[in-house]
Amino acid sequence: MLPRALRGWVLPIVLVVLWWAAVRFGWSNSPLLIAPGKVWQTAVEQFASGKLFAALGASLWRDLAGFAIGASAGLLFGALLGASRLAEKLLGPSFHTLKQISLFAWIPLLSVWFGLGDAAKVAFLSLAAFFPVVLNTFEGIRSVPADLLEVGRVLRFTRVQTWRKVILPAASPSIFAGIHLGLIYAWLATLGGEYLLVSGQGIGNTMVDGREHFWMDLVLFGVIVVGLVGFALNWVASRIEARALAWRGGSVAQF
Amino acid sequence: MSAVPITRRSAPLAPPDLAAWRKLLPSAPTRRQLRDKLLAWPVPLAVLLLWWTAARFEWIAPQVLPSPEAVALTLRDSLVSGELWANLQISLVRVLTGFGAGLVGGLLLGVAMGLSPSFKDYVYPLFKAFSQVPVLGWLPLLMLLVGIDEALKIILIGKAALVPIALNTCKGIQGVPTRFIEVARVLRFTRWQMLSRVVFPAALAPIWNGVRYGLTHAWLTLVVVELLASSEGLGFMIVYGRQLFQLDVVLAAVVVVGAVGFALDKLLALVEVRLLRWRKEAF
Repeated sequence: MLPRALRGWVLPIVLVVLWWAAVRFGWSNSPLLIAPGKVWQTAVEQFASGKLFAALGASLWRDLAGFAIGASAGLLFGALLGASRLAEKLLGPSFHTLKQISLFAWIPLLSVWFGLGDAAKVAFLSLAAFFPVVLNTFEGIRSVPADLLEVGRVLRFTRVQTWRKVILPAASPSIFAGIHLGLIYAWLATLGGEYLLVSGQGIGNTMVDGREHFWMDLVLFGVIVVGLVGFALNWVASRIEARALAWRGGSVAQF
Repeated sequence: MSAVPITRRSAPLAPPDLAAWRKLLPSAPTRRQLRDKLLAWPVPLAVLLLWWTAARFEWIAPQVLPSPEAVALTLRDSLVSGELWANLQISLVRVLTGFGAGLVGGLLLGVAMGLSPSFKDYVYPLFKAFSQVPVLGWLPLLMLLVGIDEALKIILIGKAALVPIALNTCKGIQGVPTRFIEVARVLRFTRWQMLSRVVFPAALAPIWNGVRYGLTHAWLTLVVVELLASSEGLGFMIVYGRQLFQLDVVLAAVVVVGAVGFALDKLLALVEVRLLRWRKEAF
């Protein structure tokens, strides 16, 4: 038996060895079967020529811009729905209906309204981040325990104090979960936007390019980059989350 | 037995005619529910009115925003002509095939990872890396490998469904409270009894959650795959309408996409209520 830490490496290594063997011994003569080394060369070339950074920079910039717009709008809207029963009754049903529409179905409409450029993509990304943030903010605020609000009332907190010291801290785990989801959706939408609104630069365009020219190495490299970026965004989000929620400490673990 | 004290007590308290009157009026909670239902309407109606006026007085070109009547007419026409049904049927078959494949794969993988820690040690890191790349990241690669036929759609939809189902199944099984297992040990359950009477019922709620996520993701993926690579289906209707600048077709298809997504989720929610009915008895 292997030590636990090494077990996870077995399957990936077996796969790479199989891949290498398939190329080395010519198991298939498809032009799509390229050597692992070729992917590495492409990676080095993309790094050295700066193409990767140009494409990735364009994608990430759009991703973050759209995410920032969508998440802040989502926070405000979610807080409104959470704080006011009237707002929830007036706007909630419309929101939940719109939410049902599959995200990517918006793209053709957005492309008519905003063109094929960055404006349409950023609008689409903010929509992608908006929905999960609203939902989680709303649920977070709604599930603030009534006891906490009563304590706030006993201490004669002003409205601002109630929000800053009671509601937001109590709702923060759910709000952060929403922001985290929004970040993941925005990254998915970044790719979708680049495939469907084909203009300009981006990592999605790089992959579309590779596919059209049957450059398997470029496509595989793109898949790896997309995975790494998704992983990095996830990691950053969970770090920030852990940091921001550190004050909650091990309160759960004490029980 | 229980009817006796009620008749005895209610006779002097409430005259029968008042009770009859009360029955005719909606009781307090339903009246409030009614008001809440009504409150949902002003905003969409105002938007619809604004939209209608904007289209009526041509504030916006009809190519950019067709009138609500045009959308409703298109929706009706495509329903009557059967065009919509044909496309809807194709989309539904695709999504159900892909989802079915993802469901079986996801459950098997999730159960295996949940029950066997050493299997999880071997497989989980690769699975995790594989799931980090979003469905759309795999799309260009798969287009090269399998072309743009049905296989592409089924694989992508299956992948979209598999990841959340496998993750939730694995977490659900591992999250079964140790107390339950201990009780089962005390009762000397066999391994099969342990699984069928303790582990799976206790893990059912998170597993079902994963299934619902899986179906939502499958539907989302279907739309995007049909937008990108298809010559039939709801997504294709959207692309087609967009290319011809027939936004009424686009909007009609968007409405159907939303309605189907809603219906699929509602269906699973209903099944969930049935499946988890036994849980309610505990509270």
